Amino acid sequence: MSIWEYANPTKFMRTTNGALPWLVGAAAVCCVGGVVWGFLTPDDFRQGSTVKIVFLHVPAAMMAINIWVMMLVASLIWIIRRHHVSALAAKAAAPVGAVMTLIALATGAIWGQPMWGTWWEWDPRLTSFLILFLFYLGYIALWSAVEDPDSAADLTGVLCLVGSVFALLSRYAVLFWNQGLHQGASLSVQSGERMSAVYRYPLYLAMLGFFLLFLALLLIRTRTEIRKRRLAALQAREMRA
Amino acid sequence: MIELGKYAGTVLLAYGVSLALIGGLIWQTVAANARARRNLEEHEKNG
Amino acid sequence: MIALLWRDLRLATRTGGGLGLGVAFFLILCTLVPFGIGPDRAALAPVAPGILWVGALLACLLSLDRIFALDHEDGSLDLLATAPLPLEGTVAVKALAHWITTGLPLILAAPLFGVLLQLPVQAMPWLVASLLIGTPALSMLGAFGAAITVGLRRGGMLLSLLVLPLYIPTLIFGAEITRRGAEGAATGTPLLFLAGITMAVLALIPFAAAAALRVNLR
Repeated sequence: MSIWEYANPTKFMRTTNGALPWLVGAAAVCCVGGVVWGFLTPDDFRQGSTVKIVFLHVPAAMMAINIWVMMLVASLIWIIRRHHVSALAAKAAAPVGAVMTLIALATGAIWGQPMWGTWWEWDPRLTSFLILFLFYLGYIALWSAVEDPDSAADLTGVLCLVGSVFALLSRYAVLFWNQGLHQGASLSVQSGERMSAVYRYPLYLAMLGFFLLFLALLLIRTRTEIRKRRLAALQAREMRA
Repeated sequence: MIELGKYAGTVLLAYGVSLALIGGLIWQTVAANARARRNLEEHEKNG
Repeated sequence: MIALLWRDLRLATRTGGGLGLGVAFFLILCTLVPFGIGPDRAALAPVAPGILWVGALLACLLSLDRIFALDHEDGSLDLLATAPLPLEGTVAVKALAHWITTGLPLILAAPLFGVLLQLPVQAMPWLVASLLIGTPALSMLGAFGAAITVGLRRGGMLLSLLVLPLYIPTLIFGAEITRRGAEGAATGTPLLFLAGITMAVLALIPFAAAAALRVNLR
């Protein structure tokens, strides 16, 4: 196991220490602001008050995908440059991504119920999110299963790479699969037309809020991972001494 | 509460589930962080 | 490379349980499904393509951990890693051995089991074709999963969790080919996609699997 003696994590801890309170504050303001503002918007003439769900569903769905992309980038940085903070950041981000995916799925299904008449519809978008959720689960499970932290980082990095390709591939396979079977258009939960300004601005604020929330959670969780690694390294060193 | 009309149950369920999930995530994040910090400080104190 | 292939094939056929287990599981599955769905032909025939493909998939999964586990346990995997044959080649050969011992029997047995599930006869050749093209990808992706989880205690369940989502595109196109074959519709598009996926998997996944093996052999 590598020793805890690089500047990177220390600098990371110091920098985030100062930034975190501001980040948390900004996240809280944007999240609460966006969601409450969204809640106060008028009803859509077609979807009634359920349109309010968009302020949770869309930000969560966006984050679900963006977080996986971030994990991919972080995994690549780990594989190429061996920065431990990068590997730990990917590990830290995964549960947040999984929860975002779950929220996207739950709100999608709940929103779909009055629209489609059923609690679940194998709509291509929802299905792709279900597959993404499975990839998140596998990634998280692999981190827990491998004992050596560096090996875990390497294996999960490779898994993230292969998984990303297949997540993309599945997206198109699912589109083929659904269009192939159901001729009728599936009601998309997010209308293609331009949203009216009444909904657009609260949505942007909510999306910003979710992003800042992810950032805050990511930093806190990465700090936790760094501390755990430091403790493990110290204990290992003592056992060897 | 603003008039939610006939979809009140749907909207409240969606919001409830989402807020519960986010709340749980935040709580677990903060608790794990506090625990890790505590363990590390204890170890550095004893060592 | 050929020597390695023969060795793996001999090992699989000798130690009882390796060979035939996949087909036996496939048979059991195809027997169980009608008990769950009902004997009605009208109910079974539409889902037969999907059941057959999922069954083949799961049967493949059964023997995946054997790809590397036995060699890992007795140390021969370390020897293979240092051999002149590149590790990617070793992975490819082992995946091929898995396909010959697990995939091929499934392909041959599938039309017979399709009869049990009331699969229309005109779908049979398409079933075989789709399995022929798709199962190599299943073996190679399975080898990737096995490489990642080799040496892990209780790696079996984790292996399934990691590998099954990777199987989804192959499953979608494979089952669609069979379904269209049953209706007599055009199967060209999904066939092309399936072939494309398999070729890309065979070309690229050995590198990922070898990388995972190197990590685990450190």
